[in-house]
Amino acid sequence: MTQAIVFVEHADGNARRASLECVGAARAAGADVIAVLCGAGAAEAAARVTGASEAIVLGGQAEYSPDAVAAACAELVQARGAQGFFAAATYRGKDLAPRVAAHLDVTPFADCIGLTAGANGFEVRRPWLAGKCVATLGSSATMVATTRLNVFKAATEGAPASVAERALSAAPKARVTSIEAKASARLDVKEAPVVVAGGRGLQDAERFKVVEDLAAAFGNAAIGASRAIVDAGWRPHGEQVGQTGKTVSPQLYIAIGISGAIQHLAGMRTSGTIVAINKDKDAPIFKVADYGIVGDAFEIVPALTAAVQAIKAQA
Amino acid sequence: MNIVACVKRVPTTEAEVKVSGDGKALDTTGLAYMISFYDEIALEEAVKTKEALGAGEVTVLTLGPADGTKEIRECLAKGADKALVLKDDAWMTRDARSTAKALAAKLSELNPDLVFMGRVATDRDNAAVGPMTATYLGWACVTDVVGLELSGRDGKARVETEHGVETVEFALPAIITCNKGLNEPRYAGLKGIMAAKKKPLDEADALAVPNQANIVEIALPPARKDGRILGEGAAAVPALIDALRNEAQVL
Ligand SMILES: Cc1cc2nc3c(=O)[nH]c(=O)nc-3n(C[C@H](O)[C@H](O)[C@H](O)COP(=O)(O)OP(=O)(O)OC[C@H]3O[C@@H](n4cnc5c(N)ncnc54)[C@H](O)[C@@H]3O)c2cc1C
Ligand SMILES: Nc1ncnc2c1ncn2[C@@H]1O[C@H](COP(=O)(O)O)[C@@H](O)[C@H]1O
Repeated sequence: MTQAIVFVEHADGNARRASLECVGAARAAGADVIAVLCGAGAAEAAARVTGASEAIVLGGQAEYSPDAVAAACAELVQARGAQGFFAAATYRGKDLAPRVAAHLDVTPFADCIGLTAGANGFEVRRPWLAGKCVATLGSSATMVATTRLNVFKAATEGAPASVAERALSAAPKARVTSIEAKASARLDVKEAPVVVAGGRGLQDAERFKVVEDLAAAFGNAAIGASRAIVDAGWRPHGEQVGQTGKTVSPQLYIAIGISGAIQHLAGMRTSGTIVAINKDKDAPIFKVADYGIVGDAFEIVPALTAAVQAIKAQA
Repeated sequence: MNIVACVKRVPTTEAEVKVSGDGKALDTTGLAYMISFYDEIALEEAVKTKEALGAGEVTVLTLGPADGTKEIRECLAKGADKALVLKDDAWMTRDARSTAKALAAKLSELNPDLVFMGRVATDRDNAAVGPMTATYLGWACVTDVVGLELSGRDGKARVETEHGVETVEFALPAIITCNKGLNEPRYAGLKGIMAAKKKPLDEADALAVPNQANIVEIALPPARKDGRILGEGAAAVPALIDALRNEAQVL
């Protein structure tokens, strides 16, 4: 059976969902998964990585060092003769995978939306030019890839038969010396199953509140923004969706007062269901939308919020 | 301080994509190009760092076509002191490993203290060349940086992750990949444009490194199924709720 090492992020004693999706992707591609974890609470989380047959905790360094962890992951891949090294396409995963790839002297693939077993090793599918086209790529050497969030089914069954410890040995060149957790528990736009995004059609930063209210009504929604309003300072860059922001694939993407410029579409066109609310019936956003409502956001969105609240109250 | 800014020539963000006849490459006829968005931020940070130190030299390094010098002159006009083009007309088809190895080979000769790159090049969206090059060279690397402080040979970078803000400490030499928010890139002024004409722009051959990845297929994304307008104004909300619940089943 092919073996894959999956770097698993965790919080509060549990693997993060994005990482379990990555484990799920590797499993679905026929691989046996060895989970690798590090940091405080790793041992506790390691025992609960569903889908992994084995877990390894990298210990011995209190501060996270991307270069030291990458060296250890690459050693592990070589020691096990693993055919794959995978991580979720989070900040951490996308920072780590290229380093592991360089140690193994292979080319890495970021943000994969497909992972399969090909004739000579793993194959991946991934967007180029922010989704304007999709490339299928193969490698007969070890495949190093990150998996896009919300695309793969999370592994839900099985637990590691063993959890082993391994010491990090490389001297760190860079170290994470402090982490300020986000004040709100609000979901990141890349992770959330629902994204409610707003654009310049919302007129100003204060009136953007209708978007926040709709997101709050869903409960599991993150806020997204077009570049126009990020540049205008209404919203932080972390919420920007598009070619020079984040690429997202939520189950539901609601675009409000966003015209649908090519750079914005690139970041969200692979979403499950797309809803557009725009007063211009010819706005390009309607070309990718599954459902559209033409009209004034300030009239439509509060009504939608009330309807969503009513449904959530019943549930 | 010896500073290098790595910039890449990529298709403009407005570019429409066409696939070549064999389905294994992009059709590049008629494409317009620009310096990748984040590389403008890398260049700005290099120039700003030199200005803050009041000493040093900024070299623009690109692996690209010999005829892409218009964009490179623009980098010189924005404050870089000199430029080096590693010539390769097939620069766009290199995989991340191939580019990183060629850049690493040249960087080890140039021996800089600090290298700035973009978070990601807006062509294949690899976000890999920075951390790979650093790994090949055995240097420190911090990715997606939104804040940077240097004191002597030590640096502190700020990065934003999904879960918060992290501070990363490192020692030089280092590669920093730059994210939006780190600075506001300047425009080239007339004085800069005039000065750029006299700045050295050298060329060398890029180290040949065969690609390791093989392209199975390049395809346009599957077309989305036709959508529909459910109506106008708030009156259409019940129809939308119904569609989201019963058809799309996402509510
Ligand atoms: C190099 C580069 C990179 C870029 N990267 C990105 C990126 O990553 N992400 C991104 O989003 N953009 C990006 N852009 C910018 C992009 O080209 C557009 O300018 C931007 O997306 C427009 O934002 P918008 O849709 O909010 O604004 P607009 O285009 O101004 O659209 C506003 C929309 O709101 C509608 N509207 C107005 N009033 C109302 C109302 N009361 N109710 C309902 N609808 C209303 C209008 O009909 C219009 O369609 C990039 C551009 C460049 C050059
Ligand atoms: N051909 C190139 N020439 C110079 N720098 C490059 C080249 N390719 C990538 N880079 C640098 O590496 C960064 C990340 O590129 P990528 O890994 O391709 O997304 C870019 O923003 C550039 O700073």
